[in-house]
Amino acid sequence: MTEIALTLTDAHASTARRARRQRLQDAAFRNATLAFALLVLLILGGVTVSLIDGALPALRAFGFGFVATEVWNPVSEEFGALAPIYGTLITSVIAMAVGIPVSFGIALFITEMCPAWLKRPLGVAIELLAGIPSIIYGIWGLFVFAPFMQSTIQPFLINTLGQIPGIGNLFMGPPYGIGILTAGLILGIMVLPFITSITRDVFETVPPMVRESAYGLGATTWEVVWNVVLPYTRTGVVGGVMLGLGRALGETMAVTFVIGNAHRISSSIMAPGTTISASIANEFTEAVGDVYTSSLVALGLILFLITFTVLSIAKLMLLRLQRKAGV
Amino acid sequence: MTMSNSATLATPIGGLYHRRRIANKLALSLALGAAGFGLFWLVAILWTLLYNGLSAINLSLFTENTPPPGGEGGLLNAIFGSVVMTAVATAVGTPVGVMAGTYLAEFGRNTKLAEVVRFINDVLLSAPSIMVGLFVYEVLVVRMGHFSAWAGAMALAVLVIPVVVRTTEDMLKLVPNSLREAAAALGAPQWKVITMVAYRAARNGMITGMLLAVARISGETAPLLFTALNNQFWSADMNAPMANLPVVIFQYAMSPYEDWRQLAWGGALLITVAILLLNIGARLLAGLGTTRK
Repeated sequence: MTEIALTLTDAHASTARRARRQRLQDAAFRNATLAFALLVLLILGGVTVSLIDGALPALRAFGFGFVATEVWNPVSEEFGALAPIYGTLITSVIAMAVGIPVSFGIALFITEMCPAWLKRPLGVAIELLAGIPSIIYGIWGLFVFAPFMQSTIQPFLINTLGQIPGIGNLFMGPPYGIGILTAGLILGIMVLPFITSITRDVFETVPPMVRESAYGLGATTWEVVWNVVLPYTRTGVVGGVMLGLGRALGETMAVTFVIGNAHRISSSIMAPGTTISASIANEFTEAVGDVYTSSLVALGLILFLITFTVLSIAKLMLLRLQRKAGV
Repeated sequence: MTMSNSATLATPIGGLYHRRRIANKLALSLALGAAGFGLFWLVAILWTLLYNGLSAINLSLFTENTPPPGGEGGLLNAIFGSVVMTAVATAVGTPVGVMAGTYLAEFGRNTKLAEVVRFINDVLLSAPSIMVGLFVYEVLVVRMGHFSAWAGAMALAVLVIPVVVRTTEDMLKLVPNSLREAAAALGAPQWKVITMVAYRAARNGMITGMLLAVARISGETAPLLFTALNNQFWSADMNAPMANLPVVIFQYAMSPYEDWRQLAWGGALLITVAILLLNIGARLLAGLGTTRK
């Protein structure tokens, strides 16, 4: 050992030292990046733990009944999550009913019908629109869309669909302008850019050869889209829709402006209601007492569970398509 | 006789091919209609925003603080607060995101851990921002005992991280391995290969990611509602509640006062223009990166 050390020249020794230093630096850098990668996991963990921790008092006070009761009374400190959960789900359903067909149509237009020079500008426009913050949709909804609903669309719905027995119940009551339907429609407009941009991207993963073979067999544009493109991209399209659904479920500001913040379940979708996120946004800073605050956090926890599930499914679907495309 | 003749002649027109063509026409017109319908609403929103916002833009919007109801004023303190909190959030979130993205792209490319981190990051990317607000409220506001600009900035930083992680990873993956190998062959240690070669090659893309993150957080309202809260007065104290554009817009738009609503429209236009410019800038920069390759 000492003999070897003796034979090393000064130059060798310094090279060895430098090599060791570099190895240490490399290890330090690598571990630092690893630590920050773990921090991402820690954030999700932190969100989960803090929500559960904050929700515990409410869950302890109301038990499972919390998710099954409609009452929301800050004075007597009785809280149930059923109305916000219902509102969240129903507004998202309306949003998807509007958003899915329209986004699909836009994506079809961009990929199959649009002249080449218009493709890029349209795509960029849609991505820019996805960046517009939800508060803008909210303020527009409150001042422009809700009055329009009140003066035109809702009276029309009441006079037509509202007269039909059965489904007429959905369209009953005075036209408030604000309410579940208005919020759902605004959400539908909001998720358009999200779903469209993913659907379009996914449509473009179809190999030109597959598409052209179908055209070569004499298929019409619609038949190519319906029988070739859609089956090929099904998982991706579903993933995009789920991603839009995740947005719609958790969207706060656009809804808060126009939902009316009423903790009740009405048979009419034109009545005011509330969603989980709107309740939190409206009431959190004004909530007095531990049970009230904790109930709102518990609402947040429920929202977290719902969106986490939906977003995970979306992600898995998109991943599966990616693997298939061999990217 | 003539009638039946024309009917037999007409069969190919009423036949399968004819039906397929009609179905095609119908579907394509519906798609065209959908595109027009979607674009109509989005244009309508931008139009009302411009129409109402432009009349609210004047010099005092940028030089005076938020007024009490009925008073004269502007949005100076709110603009300042938004800029400060966005800057702090970006300064905190970007390095974290870049480091985590570096791990995903350079060290853990095919490891199980990287896969999990990537998945969770993508979920965080579209998770409702109001939950981030609740999280920071529980962790910071409750501990500190009061609302503060720090808490607001941290909530925004949590939103910056996933965006930056995602773009950093994507951009580093685009850097050709031959560049890394060339640097390594010259004897550079890995950390130097990454910071001096890979980062430099991916720089435009990484700046793009940062700009997109700034654009994303500058309009976020929900996470600020119960972290930074709001402040009617001028405040540069990071330890106290701070005014910010989104929450001021929310509060003023929901108010019954006409002049407050006017200010809300002005603020909404400001935010939208800023975000559109950031997005366009990011896109131009990304375009520069691709043409050079």
